[in-house]
Amino acid sequence: MSQYIVRRLLQAVPMLLILSMMFFFIIEKAPGGPMVALSRAKRIDPEVREAMRRQFGLDQPLPMRYVIWLFGNDWMTVDTDGDGLTDSYGTRKGILRGDFGYSIRTKKPVLVEIGDRLGNTIYLMTATLLVTGIVAIPIGILSAIRQYSAFDITATTLSFMGQAIPEFWLGLILILIFYATLENPFTGEPLFPPGGMHTIGEPFSIADRIHHLILPVTMGMVGWVAWYSRFLRSSMLEVINQDYIRTARAKGQNERIVLYRHALKNALIPLITMFALDFPYIFAGSLVVELIFSWPGMGRLYYSAATSRDFPVLLGILIIGAGIIIISNLLADIGYAFLDPRVRYD
Amino acid sequence: MTEITSLDSTQAAIESAAAYRPPESMTSLVWRRFRRHPGAIAGAIILSIIVISVILAPLSPYDPLKSDIKNRFQPPSIEHPMGTDGLGRDLLTRVLYGGRISIFVGLMVMAITLVIGIPIGSIAGFFGGWVDNILMRIIDAALSLPTLLVLILLSALLRESDLPFVENNNVMTIAFVIGILAWPTVARLVRAVFLVFREMEYVTASHALGASDFKIMTGDILPNGFGPIIVEATLEVGYAIMEESTLSFLGFGIMPPTPSWGNLLSNAQEHLSQYPWLAIFPGLMIFFTIISINYIGDGLRDALDPYKVISTLEE
Repeated sequence: MSQYIVRRLLQAVPMLLILSMMFFFIIEKAPGGPMVALSRAKRIDPEVREAMRRQFGLDQPLPMRYVIWLFGNDWMTVDTDGDGLTDSYGTRKGILRGDFGYSIRTKKPVLVEIGDRLGNTIYLMTATLLVTGIVAIPIGILSAIRQYSAFDITATTLSFMGQAIPEFWLGLILILIFYATLENPFTGEPLFPPGGMHTIGEPFSIADRIHHLILPVTMGMVGWVAWYSRFLRSSMLEVINQDYIRTARAKGQNERIVLYRHALKNALIPLITMFALDFPYIFAGSLVVELIFSWPGMGRLYYSAATSRDFPVLLGILIIGAGIIIISNLLADIGYAFLDPRVRYD
Repeated sequence: MTEITSLDSTQAAIESAAAYRPPESMTSLVWRRFRRHPGAIAGAIILSIIVISVILAPLSPYDPLKSDIKNRFQPPSIEHPMGTDGLGRDLLTRVLYGGRISIFVGLMVMAITLVIGIPIGSIAGFFGGWVDNILMRIIDAALSLPTLLVLILLSALLRESDLPFVENNNVMTIAFVIGILAWPTVARLVRAVFLVFREMEYVTASHALGASDFKIMTGDILPNGFGPIIVEATLEVGYAIMEESTLSFLGFGIMPPTPSWGNLLSNAQEHLSQYPWLAIFPGLMIFFTIISINYIGDGLRDALDPYKVISTLEE
């Protein structure tokens, strides 16, 4: 088992390297990359431009720039005044040592910018996933054990609808209904706030936090509830028709125990793999939620960085996002191997 | 006596010939199964209505681009069934023209994913070994990308480019960008088909008869995947429409003044409480289109499932 974990960890390293190269090349080589901004900037004297290129290290060949981006340049001398001669040691540490550079927009280190927002995104995502599980799992189980009942048919129809609703539009409609139309009957205020994490200027209170969470979480979860309840239904149906379930029933086992101890446990295992595969989409999906509900998270940071072409921030978020995704995939694989003894480790 | 028997047997032969039905063709079988899926039929009808009205968009008396400031923010009425927008343009007309763009992007993305995904999946599944290994690593890496974020990045990069074919983030660019991230799903599906069928005896026989690899791949193995590939391609259209509308909503997709279902919604949030129709109608169009496509995909999945087709034959 531990050997398996180590091997999977080692496999994740080249994957991250491939992804980081892809991102680096996209940004360096694509039309409209950072050089374009420099070369288009007003009228710059060609000599000055050459000097700037040297100062930014853009005169280096592409593989060298990638190495510098990865490992930094404080081990080599660089040309700080742009006169064509290297004079002092560089100051960049490289992303492997946590130096993602500086935001073009705010001049703050990228990592600081991300650090300010990461917690808020994780907070929103955790709440969304928790509620998704609480809603989707009972629906999936009930649909499976009462296959073709009125409940099952309703759940199926709703699930088709949930998967077809554009997430951003659902957010707009939620605001339209619960902020612009419905009122709190006691205070006359809108039923739910249209955005933000908490009421500004008020002391911290859990009720206020939850009040602000309900609409964003609803928006984020509908598609996933629709998808996971269907997935659990079919996974559960498959397990229920297995021989060992029939055996358990034949020996007179209590039906509840058959369903929840024998069937559900096994039906949940594929859900873990599915979840790992979906994680990138869940991660990216929080961008739309954050944007519509003015949630100060990574998604909104990414969006404003994209609008202002702040590439160091974009790249930092993508790399950290890819890292989170790969680690979550890894955890899912390990969890799967741990839960399902039929999986071989070789 | 003998005469009578022969007469009898002739009679029996005639009767059995009359009772004989020629085997039903695959197409009519699939159609018969598809018809039994009420959701799929409803989806097909709704989608046809949407597609036909989108094609007939130029019949509208209004211009999708010309503003008419006197009539701005008109609520839905007989003259303007979906109301008018902030520049006084008829929203229904814009929604229909937007549908042309959004549906076109959906079909283009489908074509791109098939053109890239089928060959790559076939090669990976057929040859196996290191070829498969490398291709699968690429597919895995592509599938672990947060798609929306990469789409935004690519779109932001291409917007500034000088390349002639991507100027102004036109429709083809957006289709290309979405397609380039969507093909791995198709490739993985095709590869799975190849893994199952390349070990079949008839394939070995084909090899033994001297058929070329290309002939075996395209003629012997790939046709087995038509069912799942058609289903996947159908669902891909809906997926692409969803991605395009999200991107355009965020301002990284189709750029105004060209209408698309996504960018019609991009200013809707600021006017949500005063002019809700601006938000409701374009979103409903996306919703109905995608749910129809998903139901059609579901119906096709049932209808094209070879095991179900066989059980229908035996009924």
